Amino acid sequence: MSLLETVHLKKYFGDTHAVDDVNLTIEEGEFISLVGPNGAGKTSFCNVVSAYYSADSGKIIFQGEDVSNTSVTQRVKAGIARSFQLVNLFDDLTAFDNVALAIFSREGKTRNIVALARRDSEVTREADAVLNQFGLAGKRNELARGLAQGERKLLDVALAYALRPKLLFLDEPTSGVSTHDKGQIMDTIASVVRGEGITAVVVEHDMDVVFKYSDRIVVMHQGAILAQGTPTEIRKNEQVAMILIGSSGPDAFSRKD
Amino acid sequence: MSLAVAKKGAITSTGPSAWRPAVAAIAILLVLAVLPSLVDPYQTLLLTYGLIMAIAALGFNLLLGYTGLLSFGHSAYFGAGAYTVAFIVRDLGAQSMELCIVGGLLGTLLISALFGFVCVRHTRIFFGILTLALSQVLWSLAFKFFWVTGGTDGIRVAYAKLTLLGGLVNFAGPGSFQRFVFAYYYYVLGLFALATVVMWVIVHSPFGKALQAIRDNETRASFVGISVRRYRWIAFVISGAFTGLAGVLWVPLNGLTTPDILYWPFSGEIVFMSVLGGFRTFTGPIVGAVVFNYLKTYAVASTEYWQLLLGVVLVVLVLALPSGIVGTAARLAARFTRGTS
Repeated sequence: MSLLETVHLKKYFGDTHAVDDVNLTIEEGEFISLVGPNGAGKTSFCNVVSAYYSADSGKIIFQGEDVSNTSVTQRVKAGIARSFQLVNLFDDLTAFDNVALAIFSREGKTRNIVALARRDSEVTREADAVLNQFGLAGKRNELARGLAQGERKLLDVALAYALRPKLLFLDEPTSGVSTHDKGQIMDTIASVVRGEGITAVVVEHDMDVVFKYSDRIVVMHQGAILAQGTPTEIRKNEQVAMILIGSSGPDAFSRKD
Repeated sequence: MSLAVAKKGAITSTGPSAWRPAVAAIAILLVLAVLPSLVDPYQTLLLTYGLIMAIAALGFNLLLGYTGLLSFGHSAYFGAGAYTVAFIVRDLGAQSMELCIVGGLLGTLLISALFGFVCVRHTRIFFGILTLALSQVLWSLAFKFFWVTGGTDGIRVAYAKLTLLGGLVNFAGPGSFQRFVFAYYYYVLGLFALATVVMWVIVHSPFGKALQAIRDNETRASFVGISVRRYRWIAFVISGAFTGLAGVLWVPLNGLTTPDILYWPFSGEIVFMSVLGGFRTFTGPIVGAVVFNYLKTYAVASTEYWQLLLGVVLVVLVLALPSGIVGTAARLAARFTRGTS
């Protein structure tokens, strides 16, 4: 049984076919990159699968169950989590509280109204461990709004990871950060995600990053899946090269302009 | 005042460990405990009113400061508590203040659960307007159904008929008003301390953290699995209950409940108190309520244009001290600490 299967998934915004009849199957443990030019429908696909948008038609099968009509919180509880292209944090909470909140929520402890949050040593230990995994231990007590962009990006991913999802969507986890930070962020994310065996779908523009970390690459264009395959297969695909970088031929992806 | 303002520098529960605020709270409580022996009964009476309003503002701020929802209709819950007590005393002949509290809280819970269910479907100005409109519905009911509510005459609740602590303290006989003021002060002080501790635990609980998360970013809150609307509703009901408790305690002191406490300017006063003290801090609304009570009392006594005076204070406050008394004091203290270290 596949972890996720989308069947004829569609999401239109007027004449714009954001997600156009997408049939995609994701197996457990895969690290998939979702690539494509701007407006290809990558983020829309993530939004529909994570219930941020409702689908116009089609089905979303998660672990064999049809979750098409479930809410955001139901999908989170089922095991689908995501980070955001534009950092989406609890800005007036500390880095620690951001992560701790995700853990409290996962454990159903946010219903607890009569105990002090900081007295929960289990959650405290786990939140500190997560911050440590993402290299944010030193920023534990800083407000999220005060963190640097790269740190905010990592915290955004850490928040989703702390939910211990089965399927994790990471929407451009390295956008808006320097090339140097990009490598570090992806190394951190890849090691954490692979270490825990979490299935990840990463929306990414930087093809160097994509080729380096992915098991499988899914190329989207105008809302539909144009191609999918291993990094080696995609590297050789001239149609993909034309659409993504505007040139084709052998080693098109390796040429730097 | 916009909620954008509410978000900036909003309350977080990081900071010094629990013992420092606890020591400060005990010190303040001791001062409050000896105060009636040092001041005249009128000042004790004023302070009792201030503490009652502090409970109301504390409840209100669970919504504004911690959940990011600005209610303009908290008079409804204050009034629900007050009128329920009035009905219990008048129609059921109840004497026990504890029975009044239980009844008043149940009445308030019913109203706030119902109103909250409708209001939390919206946020920002829509939420504010809905809370205002619903409170006005209660006001018009109290105003028009005079055969039930006494209309503008209101309902009398005589302190002399009430007993405290399950009948242990009663106020029959001569000189009873002074005895009532003295005893009731301690009664209110006890409940105020209890309400403050309960609220402190709530805002520092995982549930309180979830509310702060909703305040900061409701989209992300739902993406970590929090049912935003349900949590807002629970916060609304708790907030209403605290304000209702204040209404319950207020009635015997005032001796009368009238539709004025359901009218929208009274909701405005509760907002004023929180802004005055600083809604971005836990203690701000408490300080704001006590200070506002003195401010209003002396403004009313000194000029017939007291509303103008309060209006000027509000304008100056928003322009000069947007973080309120406590927020500004905390900032100055932090600057002083940095300067000396």
